Amino acid sequence: MAKREISEINAGSMADIAFLLLIFFLVTTTMDTDTGLIRRLPPPPEDIPENNDKIKQRNIFEILVNANDQLLVEGEYIQVTELREKAKEFIKSSPSFPNVSDASNAANPNLPEFKAEEIPVFGNILVSKQIVSLQNDNGTSYEMYIKVQNELVAAYNELRNELAQQKFGKSYDELSQQSGSSESIKEKMKAIKKVYPQRISEAEPKKVGGTE
Amino acid sequence: MSKFRKKGKKGQPAVNTAALPDIVFMLLFFFMVTTVMRETSLKVINVTPKATEVSKLERKSLVSYIYIGKPIKALQGAFGTAPRIQLNDAFKTKEDIFQFVEMERDERDEAERNMVTWSLKVDQETKMGIVTDVKQELRKANALKINYSTKKTDMIQN
Repeated sequence: MAKREISEINAGSMADIAFLLLIFFLVTTTMDTDTGLIRRLPPPPEDIPENNDKIKQRNIFEILVNANDQLLVEGEYIQVTELREKAKEFIKSSPSFPNVSDASNAANPNLPEFKAEEIPVFGNILVSKQIVSLQNDNGTSYEMYIKVQNELVAAYNELRNELAQQKFGKSYDELSQQSGSSESIKEKMKAIKKVYPQRISEAEPKKVGGTE
Repeated sequence: MSKFRKKGKKGQPAVNTAALPDIVFMLLFFFMVTTVMRETSLKVINVTPKATEVSKLERKSLVSYIYIGKPIKALQGAFGTAPRIQLNDAFKTKEDIFQFVEMERDERDEAERNMVTWSLKVDQETKMGIVTDVKQELRKANALKINYSTKKTDMIQN
């Protein structure tokens, strides 16, 4: 008689319990993949020989950010949203780049000069002598600082994409996605990086606005 | 009444194992989640700014975090509202960063010591003064590979 009493355990709600737990853990824990803007700091001051070779004013893209988060770019007061275009124009140095032959860039007196450089895939070509100089105040908000940094990185990235598109028919982002498979793609990426190297120099901040 | 009773067939049903996969998955997810969970508890308000050009940090084991921001509400009574630096689980001053860098390096394998990325998790309302101080300290400690932790967004506002 007792034998027959064994009946099926109702497991219909087991799946629900499992899902409930699963969802609970998914919600409560942050799958925190850290993302951000990766930068390299210059080495400690004593290591670098004072390198004050006069860099010509025209080769420097000067950005000042004051304590009120206002931007002064090349002596002109602009909004952050305009920064990307300005930076691109400057870094490119000549609207017709890379088809340039005049190293002194006489046609665009306000934009940087070029210098001849040996680059893996492209051979010997002229690249811009651009340097971006960024100076902020101690009172500048971090949010603003990141916006400026972001726009500068974006300017470089867009230019790299354009150049890669023009030369290889693929944007730089697409190349970097495929770079795992092929050495030649890595070479191409290196070449593009060399044409548009990220040169962002940060000056010591001023203390005009005062700290909080 | 008899209607219902008819249905019940006699015989021994097999134990239902339909939920077994669920249990296994549950355990799997549990372990997946708990093993990554160890993280320092935040003592500062930390809302990182947004940016469009972000990249992912590749190897988590090679990332050390430095938090900067105002102390959280519960601690503001004791520590005030001025932005502070948090290393591991405690408030520290910028002078402690050098030591922190050395300690973090010691925890890693010899070959990987120079590959550590220092992720600055800075609250967006912080002023640059303290951030610059931290950066200078990092330079002194020769910790040059840094990351400004930001969230991804499609557009930045003015």
